[in-house]
Amino acid sequence: MAYISKRDRKREKDRKIAARNRREIIAARLTRRDLMKAGLLTGAGYLILKKGLSARASTPRDDPQSPPTTPFVEPLPIPPIAQPVSSLNPVPMVNPNTAAGEGRTRPHQALNLFPPQKLYLVTQQEVLKSVHPELPLQRLWSFNGQVPGPTYHARYGEPVLVRNVNGLPLDNGGFGLPSVSTHLHNGHTPSESDGFPCDFFERGQFYDQHYPNVLAGFASTHPPNGDIRESMSTLWYHDHRVDHTAENVYKGLAGFYLLFNDFDTGDETTGFRLPSGEFDVPMIFTDRVFDEGTGQLFFDLGNLDGILGDKFLVNGRIQPFFEVKRRRYRFRWLDGGPSRFYQFHLTKASNPSQVNQFWQISNDGNLLPSPKLVNNIRISVAERADAIIDFSQFAAGTVVYLENRLEQDDGRGPTGDVLPAGQGDKVLKFIVTGDPVVDNSAAPTATTQYYQLPGTADAPRITRTFKFERGNGQWQINGKFFNCDDVRFRIQQNSVEKWILQNSSGGWQHPIHIHFEEFQILKINGANPAGVNIARKDVMRLEHNMQVEVYFRFRDFLGRYPMHCHNTIHEDHAMMLRWDIDTTGDNKTNP
Amino acid sequence: MPNTNRRNLLAMFGLVGDDPPARDSKEQRKWLDTSPRERIRQRYFPNIELTTHEGRRVLFYDDLIKDKLVVINFMYADCEGVCPTIMLNLARVQKELGQRVGRDIFIYSLTLRPEKDTPKVLNDYAKMHGVKPGWLLLTGKPDDIETIRRRLGFVDPDPKLDRDRSNHIGNLRYGNEPLTRWGTCPGMADADFIVKSILWLDWPEEERSKKGGQK
Repeated sequence: MAYISKRDRKREKDRKIAARNRREIIAARLTRRDLMKAGLLTGAGYLILKKGLSARASTPRDDPQSPPTTPFVEPLPIPPIAQPVSSLNPVPMVNPNTAAGEGRTRPHQALNLFPPQKLYLVTQQEVLKSVHPELPLQRLWSFNGQVPGPTYHARYGEPVLVRNVNGLPLDNGGFGLPSVSTHLHNGHTPSESDGFPCDFFERGQFYDQHYPNVLAGFASTHPPNGDIRESMSTLWYHDHRVDHTAENVYKGLAGFYLLFNDFDTGDETTGFRLPSGEFDVPMIFTDRVFDEGTGQLFFDLGNLDGILGDKFLVNGRIQPFFEVKRRRYRFRWLDGGPSRFYQFHLTKASNPSQVNQFWQISNDGNLLPSPKLVNNIRISVAERADAIIDFSQFAAGTVVYLENRLEQDDGRGPTGDVLPAGQGDKVLKFIVTGDPVVDNSAAPTATTQYYQLPGTADAPRITRTFKFERGNGQWQINGKFFNCDDVRFRIQQNSVEKWILQNSSGGWQHPIHIHFEEFQILKINGANPAGVNIARKDVMRLEHNMQVEVYFRFRDFLGRYPMHCHNTIHEDHAMMLRWDIDTTGDNKTNP
Repeated sequence: MPNTNRRNLLAMFGLVGDDPPARDSKEQRKWLDTSPRERIRQRYFPNIELTTHEGRRVLFYDDLIKDKLVVINFMYADCEGVCPTIMLNLARVQKELGQRVGRDIFIYSLTLRPEKDTPKVLNDYAKMHGVKPGWLLLTGKPDDIETIRRRLGFVDPDPKLDRDRSNHIGNLRYGNEPLTRWGTCPGMADADFIVKSILWLDWPEEERSKKGGQK
């Protein structure tokens, strides 16, 4: 790795030794008491500076450590499916209903064009939740009492309206701002319903968000129904409050939004015949820290780099287990942040070095042109990947871990090393049961076809370049910082653009998310994309010194949207910009 | 890879493996019921003595942080890099926040070079940057300043860069201490946006008017 060669070699070696030692301590499950007895831990909980034990002990910041928890004692929770209501009072209106307490500032662009067929009422509220039986109940922030929030099952051609009510308490329990803006990540959503970071609303207010569930191109290139090749499958929603997204999502404000159509039907006997029902399982991965003394969720307010947790939660529970039947499952994997990258492998307990392949069928929740057989899947914050795993390859009683083998020591990003099988973080334990089961889903093959990719031959109206940088600890894009009112550039409605994304921030990695439209990768460091990168995406993982060219069509709607780093600590510290779509556009090439 | 089970590792550290299991999972842990506000004080705000540019001795938590809405940054008087821009920005912020600065909002600039930045040096620097009451420039014992810097996280993860003062972290940390609302923004962001960011952590309006009424 280029950046490592620039660093002090000896320190790098120390760091590796220390990381290995820490893993060994974790693997051996030494307690605080053991460490104190061995003279390796002070009463205050700091690792004593001892050669090779902790490279961090010699660095300026001490990272908090969670109390120990026994892994795999509780089953994986499955978030409930969101249920519509029959009516909303007051009735949703095109103009913001300010008098009734709506926080929206702009009229709905398409409410009459796509009248909602389903209405949802969602209150964001504090809830006491268990994340593990050995930890106390946690004061989390929820959608309707659920963490993660309920899963929406939406369909193309079936517009919905979600009324979000801010019922959060004044007392934030130590972190979090009770002021919210819910973003539907990857939605082809009109700006006023997108959850733009500055469209937040306060305690006691509500905000109607209109999701047309319409394919891109409906009012431009592919009228009247849009381009089927732009179909999306796995979306998620999360709080996007400017400056406070990391805290609010860390407290629980996130959930899944799944989109179905006549191909990805939600019924494994029809269309693409993808595993469905109880065999279609969303999983949000979040790493967290809990205060050693109080056992309560801990958010490091003094961290500028990116927060890593030492506890791995799946769907809101620390290291759960999941009993699976001997058949195919569709898993919808989402890195819920705030800052960790994952590389997931399937590790058989009885034979960790055995490579267990599976199918990756989507990138960022958009089905690939064809499934890809993979050994592992890497995702950074906010990236999604749908995987199909066939457990009939394992005998009943087999234990298989979902193991993250990507080494990451701090918020800068992964070190570049992949840990040996069995030495990573086992986030979830699959237990294969012998229950009889039918499987009507289709077996993926390399020649299975989903949606083809839209072409990239139309000439871009403009090419824009963005440098993601860091100066004196301050995150910036093209040398500037986020400001809600600063429109950095204007895109012409229904035009094609090419963007060049450059990571110029040295030893840092950035998952860059662009709202509203998906892109296709044209080049990564000058080379054509390969494998699962031949896809439609909404998060670009900018690795060290990487330069990526991406291709967009901005269609159908008008208004404001952001681009930002989805390491939410970087995002909250202004690594974000606002762009608007209007009818004319501008010609700024380095906005 | 050596066999790293618990027994072997304990043996490596010279302990015999005669302890009870690594975790008594049935044993109900006693959790502290310390308030979040108190945990934040303990972790981030050591009650260290500092000296203001006016020569007044103050305690970091008791006198500067407690019960207030505060803005904190680090600088030093002969910094030629980002400091002048940030100080200029803070002067704009002070102006926009008006008379609330010094009443319930306070700005603190801590020197990263306490050995050179005496109260007198800081006082001259304050005059140069149009610092008004309610904005304090602070110095102290080098070790104490370093403790505060580390606690507040104004630290580069790369130790080599961290030692280079010209590369010091240019962010502002701002927060409402009693409401445990905290945030961070770049010190070089637009001043109007910094003001907005600070006021997003303000007390709710009814409480604010009560506080104003007491004055």
